[in-house]
Amino acid sequence: MSDPRPLPSYRDQAAPVAERFARLKARDLLLQVKNLGKLFKSAHGTTVALKNIDFQTHRREFLCIVGPSGCGKSTLVRILAGLESQSSGEVLLDGKPVQGPGRDRGMVFQGYTLFPWLTVKKNVMFGPEINSGDSFAAEREALQWLELIGLEKFAGAYPHQLSGGMKQRVAIARALANQPRILLMDEPFGALDAQTRGRMQAHLLEIWRKIDITIIFITHDLDEAIFLADRILVLKAHPGEVQELIEVPVPRPRSIAQSLTDEFLATKARLEQLIYAAPAAATEEGSYPMVRRMTHVGDDVE
Amino acid sequence: MNRVLSPRARAILAALSFLLPILTWSMVSYLPFIWHPQILITDPAEVDYFQIGLRVGRQTFADEVNDAVSQGRKPPAGIAANPIYLPAPDQVLRAFYTAFTTRPETRDGAWLHQSLWHSIQTIFWGFVISSAVGVPLGVLCGSFGVVGRLCEPFVEFFRYLPAPAFGALMVAILGIYDGPKIAIIVIGTFFQQVLIIANTTRKLDFALVEAAQTLGTRGARLLTRVVLPGILPDLYRDQRILLGWAWTYLIVAELIGATTGITWFITQQARYQHFPNVFAAIFMIGILGLSTDLVLAGIGRKLFPWDRPTAKT
Repeated sequence: MSDPRPLPSYRDQAAPVAERFARLKARDLLLQVKNLGKLFKSAHGTTVALKNIDFQTHRREFLCIVGPSGCGKSTLVRILAGLESQSSGEVLLDGKPVQGPGRDRGMVFQGYTLFPWLTVKKNVMFGPEINSGDSFAAEREALQWLELIGLEKFAGAYPHQLSGGMKQRVAIARALANQPRILLMDEPFGALDAQTRGRMQAHLLEIWRKIDITIIFITHDLDEAIFLADRILVLKAHPGEVQELIEVPVPRPRSIAQSLTDEFLATKARLEQLIYAAPAAATEEGSYPMVRRMTHVGDDVE
Repeated sequence: MNRVLSPRARAILAALSFLLPILTWSMVSYLPFIWHPQILITDPAEVDYFQIGLRVGRQTFADEVNDAVSQGRKPPAGIAANPIYLPAPDQVLRAFYTAFTTRPETRDGAWLHQSLWHSIQTIFWGFVISSAVGVPLGVLCGSFGVVGRLCEPFVEFFRYLPAPAFGALMVAILGIYDGPKIAIIVIGTFFQQVLIIANTTRKLDFALVEAAQTLGTRGARLLTRVVLPGILPDLYRDQRILLGWAWTYLIVAELIGATTGITWFITQQARYQHFPNVFAAIFMIGILGLSTDLVLAGIGRKLFPWDRPTAKT
């Protein structure tokens, strides 16, 4: 399956794309991560999970973080959320250092974390209500957000009555109802089937376009990263370090059809090169052995 | 293994689980050839130590009959019977009514309904006092590693000390009336309660707490708005199990100091050999315990409508 056409470089940007990036970089800096490091101490010694992580995002940017398993991308986003503390370096949001979890950084987790004892509406109300104490205003707001994600009919349902995709939509609405500055998403569509995932990606882009929100999105699905992101932060494992910050040359608005364009394929080729070409021997699962033959000679499947 | 049963099959099996023991008991009671090791004398004839209503062994009776026949006397008559401590189901069933109408044997004695009410109060206060401290402490132990580590090793040790062993001590401290009885139920329940509820609290999906934190929840509100509602259905189930436990301590507790309640009734009736009443009283404890639990389970389903997925077990 060799492509006769040589792909353009993933660095080539068409004029409108380059112009978009220029505008993006002219916007205020929202999040600055400076020289961030994380060590885990255990009985077996010290593991460096993250080392010298440096990057910044501008307001209303969509940043994806990809990397091989064990690169510490979940740890990174948990530090950004304030759920874990860094060993060195600092995280600045709007120029102010981040300390502990707070309402300015919303988060959507991979697992389903809707509160099972609350209805969909009460789940979305949770943040506004706990922060303002005004349940009337919170309810009004929650209903607006439910309308935005198209689940207003399920306002009275409990989470266990929803499908996985619906649960994650509510989780997004719950995080956004709090009006955070930034939305952190840790493989939020990882547990969904392929079709639902595709629809959720398009829906997320639609939401992102319409409201003032910056998104940091972790994924291990390279197509998903290219489809969603303005820029992609590629990490490598052992220790977790930044390999490259890629500006995605695929023009917006995005559609599934673009996944066969040269820009898309060139970006994907580069990502694959970065993630899979890295020395694979050092993965924590160990190397995969050749499997011994246990069928008769001639009884072949390929 | 673990095949899912249809509601019909479940109902039938539940009925059978009660019917099979009752059937066995009925067969032993009504089919003389199964056991009936004694003879209930209906006519003593000329045997001097026989009297109507006396139960003697089959062998003794056969010997006396042989003696009488060989000496040309009229033989005594009797019917096969079970020992007096095993009344037949119909006698016990009747006792469910008559036990309530039987006048106390002593003048200052309590009627059955008074005894039962006394027992229920003892259980109630023992359980309430234990829960008032045990539930909050358990939740704190489960939520904060420091509290858990500080309390649980000692609690773990203490729960192996048999509650009845504290009987004499409690009488010395609290007197002979209801104080020591309630104390025994508290001691028997409290330590299990702390450990079980701490465990339940620890089983809460921590991601829920983290989600609440990222929504701006802090401090005590994490406990009241996330941990408590999150564990409530399981906590409620734990409390039902612990209440059952409290019932099993009742008899021992009531024997301490001045015997009271249903235990007093049972020992009194046994002393006068009213065994149908004894059985009826024992079954009443079981029926009270089981029906309390069923009612609480029903209330639980109403209280926690979101708790369907785990309620299937």
